[in-house]
Amino acid sequence: MSALVQLTEVSKKYAGAFALHPTSLSIERGKTTVLIGPSGCGKSTSLRLIIRLIEPDSGTIEFDGAKISPDKIDILRRRIGYVIQEGGLFPHLTARANVLLMARHLGKPESESRQRLVDLCVLTRFSENLLGRYPVELSGGQRQRVSLMRALMLSPELLLLDEPLGALDPLVRAALQKDLKEIFARLQQTALLVTHDLAEAAYLGHEIVLMNEGRIVQRGSIVDLRETPATSFVTEFINAQRSLAVI
Amino acid sequence: MKRIWNPGIHEFCRRILFFSWFLGFQIFNSSAFPAEKIVIGSKKFTESYVLGEIAKRTLNDAGIPADHRQGMGGTIILWEALRTGQIDAYPEYTGTIAEEILKNRQRSRREPSDVDEEEQVNQSASLEKMREALAKSGVGMTASLGFNNSYALVMRRDKAQGLDLHKISDLRNHPELKIGLTHEFLDRQDGWRPLVARYQLNPRNVIGIDHALGYAALKNGSIDVKDAYSTDAKIAQYDLVTLEDDLQFFPRYDAIFLYRLALPGSTIAALRKLEGTINEQKMIRLNATAERTKDYARAASLYFGDAARSTIAGESFSHKLVRWTSRHLQLAGFSLLLSVIVGVPLGIWASRGGAIGQVILGFTGVVQTIPSLALLALLVPLPFFGISARTAIAALFLYGLLPIVRNTATGLQDIPRSLRESAIALGLEPGARLRKIFLPIASRSILGGIKTSAVINVGTATLAALIGAGGLGEPILSGLNLNDHVTILQGAIPAAVLALLVQGLFDLLDRVLIPKGLRL
Repeated sequence: MSALVQLTEVSKKYAGAFALHPTSLSIERGKTTVLIGPSGCGKSTSLRLIIRLIEPDSGTIEFDGAKISPDKIDILRRRIGYVIQEGGLFPHLTARANVLLMARHLGKPESESRQRLVDLCVLTRFSENLLGRYPVELSGGQRQRVSLMRALMLSPELLLLDEPLGALDPLVRAALQKDLKEIFARLQQTALLVTHDLAEAAYLGHEIVLMNEGRIVQRGSIVDLRETPATSFVTEFINAQRSLAVI
Repeated sequence: MKRIWNPGIHEFCRRILFFSWFLGFQIFNSSAFPAEKIVIGSKKFTESYVLGEIAKRTLNDAGIPADHRQGMGGTIILWEALRTGQIDAYPEYTGTIAEEILKNRQRSRREPSDVDEEEQVNQSASLEKMREALAKSGVGMTASLGFNNSYALVMRRDKAQGLDLHKISDLRNHPELKIGLTHEFLDRQDGWRPLVARYQLNPRNVIGIDHALGYAALKNGSIDVKDAYSTDAKIAQYDLVTLEDDLQFFPRYDAIFLYRLALPGSTIAALRKLEGTINEQKMIRLNATAERTKDYARAASLYFGDAARSTIAGESFSHKLVRWTSRHLQLAGFSLLLSVIVGVPLGIWASRGGAIGQVILGFTGVVQTIPSLALLALLVPLPFFGISARTAIAALFLYGLLPIVRNTATGLQDIPRSLRESAIALGLEPGARLRKIFLPIASRSILGGIKTSAVINVGTATLAALIGAGGLGEPILSGLNLNDHVTILQGAIPAAVLALLVQGLFDLLDRVLIPKGLRL
């Protein structure tokens, strides 16, 4: 089966400097791919290119085997769910309104949407009683669950998660990691996750893409990275994270 | 008259008006203002108000419908309004026509010896010339209404007697006297500087002071000498003496009506019936009545000999208050509405930054720095605006723009990038993003801007009275004119209360319009 997303020799510069050198990357259907690497390595840039928050300077991005023309970008975006670190929930809308926003905007039948919302609450372990709350009235973990529901509402073909658990405390984080893994498995969800936490990458990712300074350094399983590092940077990155576990 | 109630305004307006003429704004004629009703204008001081009322009554009595726009401003504003047909007639003085309107700069000063008959001949000859010159602007002039309201220098009787002062020349020996003059007199061609030169005075203490306030200053001894108009009611009221103009410095200021030559003959004939019917004593009495009763219509009715009718003309305070306040709210409300309709889209545009955003914010910022009086004066000579509520609304609208534009722009710009991108990433079209996400999130800031504009407008709308557009500025201005604190407060207190109410109303509106999620 072909890849859902295919980046071919895609590059992006900011102020003359490469944020992403010409890079090719494919996202396989039904799997969780994790982009990992130090800050500024180009992992978030790759995500933002896929959902077209930014346009590439060179190369092509194909989605489901097709290039996307500029007038179809909003339609493309509706096929993709996007979850960011602080959730990106709109403060003037309740949790319910945040989740239902696009379904209502697109005129989907309200009863179907409501049912979908109930299912999502079960799936993401979010109490229905909290749906009437505004984002400021929710905890960080609750907000991320709502954000996840919003991203999943339209049953997207691709789920993009940009350090979704980065701002959460360790206990909440561990619980959400576990839930995410179950959700992805149950939905057979194609997902692309950005993190800088190797343990999270190893736990959630079928495949890990290690990046550094705008380039892909190595792609493979956590075992591949540990046993056959492509460069000394790979070992350095792994050791830097493991050193804490040793203490 | 040669004078205006607030000379500082006059001077400012005049300069700006001349400037705008240079820019070629004056292409306007009467056609835009259909003349179903004859419109009488008046300047911003008691006598002009009273004469305006008298003219209105006279025309009405002759079966000609007429309105009186009170206290529209100074010489240049009235003259322009007349010339362009926004008003049909207004009371003026021959000296002012010569000095200010026709600008006879070469007017030679006479020697004190050769006054008498020769002078009489010159006088009538120059009146004919004046008529000819006015006719070129389509303006006609009645004969004298019967009194000469000349400039004069006045002092308290006890002070003058103590120093044995009778003539202006006597001031030469008393350079220590404190002299308080209206700003217009200080600045006029026939005013203070030439007078000092002619009389070879060497005064050491000269200050500029408002006309009405100057009388209070004279009374309590803050100043010793002030300029006055020979029909001022205050001269008798405060028992002041007029220093004799022994060098014949001041030109004659015969009161007349200027009118548009295009008026129907019957209207002109009715106005001319006023010729020679008011002597100086009568005018002083009418002025005194107006100042005492604060009721110009009543003073005017004295002219017609029927003080009884004054009860009809007199309006109860509560009725006036309602009229002022509702007019005030109309001006402020309508202009605010325009500011919102225009300001919010401009703010959205400006929020996108770039050169256009800079231009928008720059323009609205510059508008804000223009003094309100100057803005009014700039708008008055423009076609469509003129002396009307439209001008006041336009000025208030421009003032209301900046807070709304700026708050809209910053409110939108302050939305965190993460929220902006979330809205985009969801696949909302640009219009829907703005409507459903960005504007609601920025609503607190936008509403804050509207609130600021509303409060500013309610305050600034008092200036609308300067161009006869009414509102709570009306009692404030006539109170300043009459130096009457009670009248001032009749306008100032309601205006302040109104501003507070508006503030409170918007605080309530906040609760309705700002989404709950943003208020937690």
